[in-house]
Amino acid sequence: MTYRVGQPVRIADRPHQGHHRTPGYLKGKTGTVERVYASFANPETRAYGATGLPEQRLYLVGFAQRDVWPDYRGNPVDRIYADVFEHWLEEER
Amino acid sequence: MSEQDHDHPHAEITNGDEPPAARRARTLEELLVAKHVVRREDVRRMIDWLVSRSPADGARLVARAWTDPEFKQRLLADARAAALELGLDPGPSPVVVAVENTRGVHHMVVCTLCSCYPRALLGPPPDWYKSLAYRSRAVSDPRGVLAEFGVELDDDVELRVLDSTADMRYLVIPRRPAGTEQMDEAELAALVTRDSMIGVAHPAAPARDGGGPTTPATPGPRSDRVR
Amino acid sequence: MERAVHDRGGWPTDASIDRTEHQLADWEVLTDALVGALGRAGVMNVDELRRGIESMPADEYERASYYERWLYSIEVILTEKGILAGGELDRSLSE
Repeated sequence: MTYRVGQPVRIADRPHQGHHRTPGYLKGKTGTVERVYASFANPETRAYGATGLPEQRLYLVGFAQRDVWPDYRGNPVDRIYADVFEHWLEEER
Repeated sequence: MSEQDHDHPHAEITNGDEPPAARRARTLEELLVAKHVVRREDVRRMIDWLVSRSPADGARLVARAWTDPEFKQRLLADARAAALELGLDPGPSPVVVAVENTRGVHHMVVCTLCSCYPRALLGPPPDWYKSLAYRSRAVSDPRGVLAEFGVELDDDVELRVLDSTADMRYLVIPRRPAGTEQMDEAELAALVTRDSMIGVAHPAAPARDGGGPTTPATPGPRSDRVR
Repeated sequence: MERAVHDRGGWPTDASIDRTEHQLADWEVLTDALVGALGRAGVMNVDELRRGIESMPADEYERASYYERWLYSIEVILTEKGILAGGELDRSLSE
C-alpha cells in the first residue's frame, strides 16, 4: 500500500539478518509520514549483487523525540526524521 | 618527526610514514588496473572530481536563496534542479533535499548508519561527522551536541534532526545573519560555513565595519576544540 | 534486540565529539575513487560497499579509520565476486 502525508505509521520491529537501512532506534516506534519520495532500488537485495528491483517507495517519517527516547532532555516539540522504505512501514490504527 | 621525539606517554603516533592502508590502496589499484577491472584514467577522473568538491558550491545555493525568494522556493522544491540552474554539479544519483532554518525551527543532519552527506555540494564530510560519537549522540542528544559546537537554541525553537538513512542527501539553509542587508551575493556566500549547512553552526557574523566575515568561511579545525 | 556495530544511533555514550579534522591523504582519496570507478564499471555498488563494511568484526570496525573500513569492504566484496583471489592483495603487498 501507499502511505500519505500526515498518516501515522509504525516502523516494523522485525528481526532482519543482513544489510538494511532502517536504524534500530526507530524500530517499533510510531511516527508520521512527512514526505512521500520517489521509489529507489532496494538496498537489501542490491547489497548482495542483485539489481534491487522492484524499486521500493521511500518516505520521510518524522517522530517526536520523546516517543523515541523516553528520557529525552530537549524541548518537547523536538523531532527526528529518517528516510524509511515502504516495506518497513506498518499502518498505525 | 619520528615518534621517538614524543616524550608524552599519551601522545598519538604521528610520524610522517604512511599507514599500511596507503600501500594497500595503491596495490589494490595496481591489481585492478592490471586485471582490466577498472581503467586508470577512470580512477584519475574520480579523484579529480572528489578533490574539486567544496562547500563553496553549497554556499552559493544558500546565498542565492537568501537574496532571491523565488529561487529559495525552487531550492526547497528540488535542490538538484536548483543546483543545475546555478551551473553547479549536484553529483550522481542520490536526491538532494534542502531544508530551511527559521526563527522557530532548526535542522541538523546526521547519518547514523554510515556517513551519507551531500558531498557533491559540500565536499568530503568532516571527520567528526563520520565519528561514532556524533553518529550516536546527534539523534539522542542533539542539543548537547549543538552545545558542544557552540550553538545554544532558544527554548521555543523546534529542533529537527534528519538521519540520512537512504537515498536523500540533506542540505540545511541556515538563517541569514542580521546586519547583512547591504551585502551582495558573493559577500553573503562567504558567510555560509560548511558546518552551518550541516546545521551544527550558525553562519559567520558579518564584520561590524561591513568589510566581510569576522571568521573565515573556509572549513578547518576549530582551534578551541582541537585536542 | 542485538544491534549491529554500524547501527550507532543512540548508542549509550557520553563521549564528546572530537572536532579535530585532517585533510584527506592521497590514499584515502584513491580508495574513495576506486569505489567510484568500480561503481561506474558496474563491478560493485555502494550497497555492497556498506554491506562489506558492516561485515567487519565489531572490534575491528570500531578501531579502523573510515577509509580502512572501505578498503576492507572492497577486498571482501571483490573476493566474493572472484575478482580477487583469497589473500591475493596480501601476496601482492609482500612481493
